[in-house]
Amino acid sequence: MAVGVGILGSGNIGTDLMYKVLRNPHLHLRMLAGIDPASEGLARARALGVPTSTAGIDAILADPEIRIVFDATSAHAHLKHAPLLKEAGKLAIDLTPASVGPPVVPAIPRPEDAWPDNISMATCGAQATVPIVYAIGRAAAVDYAEIVATIASKSAGPGTRQNIDEFTVATARALERVGGAARGKAIIILNPAEPPIMMTNTIYALVPSVDEKELAGSVEAMVQEIQRYVPGYRLKVPPLVADAPGGDGRLVTVMLEVEGAGDFLPRYAGNLDIMTAAAVRVAEQLAASGRAAA
Amino acid sequence: MPQDGTQAAGAAGQQPRITLVDVSLRDGSHAVGHQFTSDQVARVAAALDRARVPVFEVSHGDGLGGSSLQYGFSREPDMEWLRAAVQNAPNTRVSVLLLPGIGTRRELRQAVELGATVARIATHCTEADIAPQHIALAREMGMTVCGFLMMAHMLPPAELARQARIMEDAGAHVVYVVDSAGALLVEEARERVQALRDALQCEVGFHGHNNLGLGVANTIAALEAGATWLDGSLCGLGAGAGNTQLEVLAAVLDRMGIDTGVDVYGAMDAAEEVVKPILPRPIVIDRDALVIGYAGVYSSFLLHARRAAERFGVEARDILMELGRRRTVGGQEDQIIQVAYELAQRSGARTGP
Repeated sequence: MAVGVGILGSGNIGTDLMYKVLRNPHLHLRMLAGIDPASEGLARARALGVPTSTAGIDAILADPEIRIVFDATSAHAHLKHAPLLKEAGKLAIDLTPASVGPPVVPAIPRPEDAWPDNISMATCGAQATVPIVYAIGRAAAVDYAEIVATIASKSAGPGTRQNIDEFTVATARALERVGGAARGKAIIILNPAEPPIMMTNTIYALVPSVDEKELAGSVEAMVQEIQRYVPGYRLKVPPLVADAPGGDGRLVTVMLEVEGAGDFLPRYAGNLDIMTAAAVRVAEQLAASGRAAA
Repeated sequence: MPQDGTQAAGAAGQQPRITLVDVSLRDGSHAVGHQFTSDQVARVAAALDRARVPVFEVSHGDGLGGSSLQYGFSREPDMEWLRAAVQNAPNTRVSVLLLPGIGTRRELRQAVELGATVARIATHCTEADIAPQHIALAREMGMTVCGFLMMAHMLPPAELARQARIMEDAGAHVVYVVDSAGALLVEEARERVQALRDALQCEVGFHGHNNLGLGVANTIAALEAGATWLDGSLCGLGAGAGNTQLEVLAAVLDRMGIDTGVDVYGAMDAAEEVVKPILPRPIVIDRDALVIGYAGVYSSFLLHARRAAERFGVEARDILMELGRRRTVGGQEDQIIQVAYELAQRSGARTGP
């Protein structure tokens, strides 16, 4: 039976989530809740027959059938929502930069019983690059991972712009905690070119040594895994291996592009699409794990 | 009127004094592959102090926290360079550069503890709204804050002025027109500075590169249009074909009867005796540096493009022209590898090291 879910926040992210949840056979969208009666997202939801509310978190809390809540509001709001959702026994999937719960990347396997009740989707940069660091890590010990996420200016909303330090710090932390790198660093660049560029990501990793065939296989397998929920996730440059600068060990370089599904957000905004797609994938995994029925 | 915090402010109603800023130890970091030693930093800092240059900047070429695989690891941490600089320049204010998205407020706080008193917060010219957090913190800590609008040739004057307003509103004391690609023609430099001068209350600055041979000329045009903070570096040590040559600019300004407080002979000596011996190669407008100005790409791409050209068996000039066509911005050094890889695939050349 499909698990009841609610979406908090009727902006671009919440609206895009709605389309993805409606398509998903394992999830049943019970409500899109916002606070702005004039919101375009709420209007679209009504047109699709999705129940809506302008009572925000209160409306979500009032429905006991909602087991999983996507929070697509703001970091500030999620800090208030998190304890309320926990108290109500609902599982939170947090798409804001609040980082209340541990970061989760759905392409990286985790033990069935280790699901926290608040899951952070970390950042778009983390969703796009941490799995590749993990895949490199299956072939070699990653002493240092560094990623560069370049996104179209038009796809960077005020939330990202006002929290750019939080973006780099949270992404670096996810490279270490989830990707398995001993040390991580993240850089974000906004490019205003017209037409807007696709999100591009470069992953660098320093490893003592590596079997290039095993590396290529591991990265390719991971790309296919991510393509199951982000079809526009593509390798642009397969793993290149060179001597590390300074000559000690090897430097692995991988480059990829993320094209969005274009559900509600434009296709170039692969950075936003990978967040909503990964969040829905996590909800699906929660539903499959039985955790959501608890 | 200049706001409080700038040293350049004269008496009420007077034109503020021209503030020369040396960037040999920051933009110059690109030219030496970020391999300065603290000892070199100490010697250059002392020479700048002797020459009475009012402000100089010390950081990785891509700003605090720039040490990375993407841009090149520094031989020593920025903070070691900064310590050496502050200790050896008792009369000079030391500046640091920070690019939001690369460095964070954490590094800015560390820099203040070590004695930096000027902060330059740099964004691509269309992205000023990622800087207010950092500008506000720098101001809170009592620094003189400059907003640094990079790749200014990519935006028409009126739009550039709108971005500059965002930085002024966030608290910047000075907003710079930064010709990162050395691509601006003299008239284009003048128009951009003029647009900022008309739109802002705060001071306006200009940072030039010499890829089209216009470093000093553009800086003088900027001065005439109202810029009062002017950047340069000794021997031109900087990315691409280098920066506006500071000792030349000091001499030209002196001949124009403009008092900058800089000792022209001292600047010449610092360039000749301290910086020239540490140049890895002459800072000249060679073919690749010229292409950077011509194609309008970020000056620090020069050495990265040469390395990628060698690694993938393609021409540096072809890589740089393609980067221009793709409208790459500062910091996208990874695109150099991607373009070189794609050019090599297309031509059937070597595909790797």
